[in-house]
Amino acid sequence: MQQFIDTLILGVSFGAIYALMALALILVWRSTRVVNFAQAGQAVLSTYIGLEIHRLTSSYWIALIVAVIAGGIVGGLVDLLMVRPLSRHSGTGPEAAVAPVIGTLGLLAIVQGVVGIFWGGEFRKYPAAFSTDAISIGGSRIPFSPFDIFIVAIVLAVMVAFGFIFQRTGLGLAMRAAAFGSEVAQLAGVRTGRVRTVGWSFAGSAGALAGVLITPNVFLAPNSLDLLLVFGFTAAVIGGLESMVGGALGGLALGLGLAIVLQYLGSSFTFMAAFVVLIVVLLVRPQGLLGKKGARRA
Amino acid sequence: MLRIDSLTTDHGQVRAVDHVSFDVEVGSCTAVIGANGAGKSSLLRTLSGLVKSSSGSAHWGDIDLLKLPTSEIVRHGVAHVPEGRSVIAELSVEENLTLGALWRGKDPDVAVTKSEVLDLFPRLGERLKQGADSLSGGERQMLAIGRALMARPKLLLLDEPSLGLAPIVIEQIFHTIDTMRKATGLTVVLVEQNAVSALGIANHAIVLSLGKIVVSGSASDIASDESLRHAYLGY
Ligand SMILES: Nc1ncnc2c1ncn2[C@@H]1O[C@H](COP(=O)(O)OP(=O)(O)OP(=O)(O)O)[C@@H](O)[C@H]1O
Ligand SMILES: [Mg+2]
Repeated sequence: MQQFIDTLILGVSFGAIYALMALALILVWRSTRVVNFAQAGQAVLSTYIGLEIHRLTSSYWIALIVAVIAGGIVGGLVDLLMVRPLSRHSGTGPEAAVAPVIGTLGLLAIVQGVVGIFWGGEFRKYPAAFSTDAISIGGSRIPFSPFDIFIVAIVLAVMVAFGFIFQRTGLGLAMRAAAFGSEVAQLAGVRTGRVRTVGWSFAGSAGALAGVLITPNVFLAPNSLDLLLVFGFTAAVIGGLESMVGGALGGLALGLGLAIVLQYLGSSFTFMAAFVVLIVVLLVRPQGLLGKKGARRA
Repeated sequence: MLRIDSLTTDHGQVRAVDHVSFDVEVGSCTAVIGANGAGKSSLLRTLSGLVKSSSGSAHWGDIDLLKLPTSEIVRHGVAHVPEGRSVIAELSVEENLTLGALWRGKDPDVAVTKSEVLDLFPRLGERLKQGADSLSGGERQMLAIGRALMARPKLLLLDEPSLGLAPIVIEQIFHTIDTMRKATGLTVVLVEQNAVSALGIANHAIVLSLGKIVVSGSASDIASDESLRHAYLGY
């Protein structure tokens, strides 16, 4: 029993990071109807930028802030320079839905290639803000480190901030309106193109933060966040792809589930397990755990 | 004044609006009537930039409507209520209304406009926190119009506000539009298949058929011309 509880605790901080990645994918999906495969590349690029800033300044916090800002800028640029022109030029036929997605896949390869050229392919260690050693309370070790606490706290803070922006500010209302009723939003005066780019930018920042938070517990290489993309996407699908609360719960559920798999079946099964979950959810409950039936378009 | 001159719009091979010309005086209401597929919606959608025109011109005062992106027309006093109770179902009633005035920013008069809109449509006031998807058809149409009014428009483009509504609700909505126009000097272009109701509150009317204007004149003349009614209005 103790071991089982330890396992669940282990899953919480990973789940929080999957939730963050899910948030990034959901933001893009609901504004643009594109699954952004390049998000793994954007996050890895931002994390390398963070690493570089850390090398220059030796400050974890400056590196974190710069990485998150860089992620936001890169996300906005991906929409402006690639996705927008791709959707415009592919018209309204079936290829209109495909071209941007293929574009993001291509961009993923390009970004990873470029990152490899700049920083090399070898595994790097990204620093943690706090100790990653397990805490002990009253002599018994809990598999939860101060850094894990930091992860959960910062992810919670980010979720609350996003929730506030979306539910309580004009920008958030404009973003939701643009995502759910683009035509009415435009008629109401919302500059939907700009608002959408802001969404890509927020997504880029969330992805960058996920990258910076997960790498101290794994490692950094040009393609090291591919797995995070798969897990984030699975979490997003569990949550129904439209809802941020759904994505957050999906991330947590997946984190716990994968921790159990890791504990009892071994690390070689986690990747497979995520895909099994993904396929089962798509088969059994394609609208996600929180989604309404028929809510998912495209 | 709204001046439309030789306006033409194509959807690929289909010519939906074919060299349409008419003017609408400030403070007046022009009804645009015609059968399914006559090009009524295409005409309004061209004016608000949702579809691109092929040729011709459309000016609201000295503003060239055909040059403006859709998101900008409302900043020049033009609000369009598209066909089909177009509210955003994922937002609450209140958020749909707020959306209509979002471009006005921190303008303190927004609250005044909101209470005016809620006076016009008290049923919306009782349902502010509800999701727009929980509204009845008539309530949705009220919300769609309310959203447009939140912009304090000078020119209101209404696309079939009566579509699918009960006669009593239609009467109420038309009465509201009429009262508002007379009280505020609003200019209205009212697209309708429900010719009787539309002609009842319009000053002028045009009848579209296959994208062309086949009849135009004062609303009362058209309403009383029996041969016209048989030929184009189906009653
Ligand atoms: N997006 C589109 N793509 C292709 N053809 C279109 C499109 N929208 C309208 N059309 C065509 O243009 C013509 C005019 O359509 P429009 O919707 O303007 O008619 P309408 O008068 O509003 O009809 P209704 O009363 O049924 O709403 C029709 O032949 C229609 O099939
Ligand atoms: Mg129509």
